[in-house]
Amino acid sequence: MTNRYIFLYASAMVILVALVLSGAATLLRPYQERNMRIEKMQNILSTINIEAPRGEAELLFERYITTTKVVNHLGEEIEGDAFEVELQIENRKDLSERMLPVFIAEKEGQTYFILPVRGNGLWGPIWGYLSLESDISTIYGANFDHASETPGLGAEIGDRQFQEQFPGKKIFDQDGTFRPVRVVKGGVPPGDLHAVDGITGGTITSNGVTNMLQNGLGAYEKYFQKIKTS
Amino acid sequence: MEPKEALFSARNKKLLTTPLGKENPINVQVLGICSVLAITVQLKPSLVMAISVVAVMGFANVIISLLRNTIPPRIRIIVQLTVIASLVILVDQVLRAFVYDVSRQLSVFVGLIITNCIVMGRLEAFAMKSKVWPSLLDGIGNAVGYAWVLLAVAFFRELLGSGTLFGYQVVPQFLYDIGYVNNGLMILPPMALITVGIIIWVQRSRDKSLIDVS
Repeated sequence: MTNRYIFLYASAMVILVALVLSGAATLLRPYQERNMRIEKMQNILSTINIEAPRGEAELLFERYITTTKVVNHLGEEIEGDAFEVELQIENRKDLSERMLPVFIAEKEGQTYFILPVRGNGLWGPIWGYLSLESDISTIYGANFDHASETPGLGAEIGDRQFQEQFPGKKIFDQDGTFRPVRVVKGGVPPGDLHAVDGITGGTITSNGVTNMLQNGLGAYEKYFQKIKTS
Repeated sequence: MEPKEALFSARNKKLLTTPLGKENPINVQVLGICSVLAITVQLKPSLVMAISVVAVMGFANVIISLLRNTIPPRIRIIVQLTVIASLVILVDQVLRAFVYDVSRQLSVFVGLIITNCIVMGRLEAFAMKSKVWPSLLDGIGNAVGYAWVLLAVAFFRELLGSGTLFGYQVVPQFLYDIGYVNNGLMILPPMALITVGIIIWVQRSRDKSLIDVS
């Protein structure tokens, strides 16, 4: 077989494969996107301790998440659909242009503010959701996930054990200064309401979570102050 | 012209059945072990993985067999890999669209079907020189040989490690009440290796011809 034949064969094969795969990806995209939406709803609901099965996530989301809005860094409400805001894109923008989504939930007569955060771990992006109680300081629940952290080390941020440290912690100190939760090495001193235990062998991911909370929640500071005073 | 061979002649049936036992890709050839260790904690992901491998191997063997007279020998490995990789990506996309939870659990391992030696081994050893129908049987036979071991390992690991099967509780509560505990060790990857080892042991003690005398 000549080289010419080999080149033609390889080219034809590659083009054919590209067509088939891109066709399949386009056809299946709507289904995949729906799955991702549902997963996002499940994650948001889990911060207020509601375990939503896949089939009911949309229904439960509708029931518990009463208001969604988008604010800017000054805390003013701006136009936009909170659920559709992509933090991946927003985080690249200047703080003054960022769209900041807020999900407000009502559960058993209590109001919770749920905020998304996103940052960088060791190998790739990490993200999560935090719910705050109506004092806008106490964390009610937290949920983190990651794209490609090391299993057994950094990937532990996706585990319940790590996330269960967050409820009860505070993001403002007694004087009302913004002091988000840090992930610290070597154990949290007893009574420290602004830190959780880090992950052994997952220091860079742990620091990633600290930065993510600092930057992510920091962007909402003016908004927090605004609802506190109103 | 040769007389036409029956679809399920003795020879064709053997293609389907020998990989289940005597030439099992896992127990005898010890290929594809990596995914057996990783995803057999529960039956459900194992079943999805098993079905995915059956689909990939069946189609890959048929496609390569159809192309076998046109493939330039110098790039045959690349052609085989392209076919496998495309099929695996298709499977991954379909799983993501229709069984999202399972696809998250299997995560990287669906992609790793590409590097599962069983698939390429059968393409190179069989489909490159066989007609379409026997190739299909060979592919499915080997994939099912892989699948049953996968499911057997997952069965014992889920039963003993979590007390459930397909997520349903099967170990009755009163056993826990009188002090039975799930064996946490079964959930860890090394126990998959040991379970496979036991399956190999049982198989070899029943079929002495498998014992390596050298």
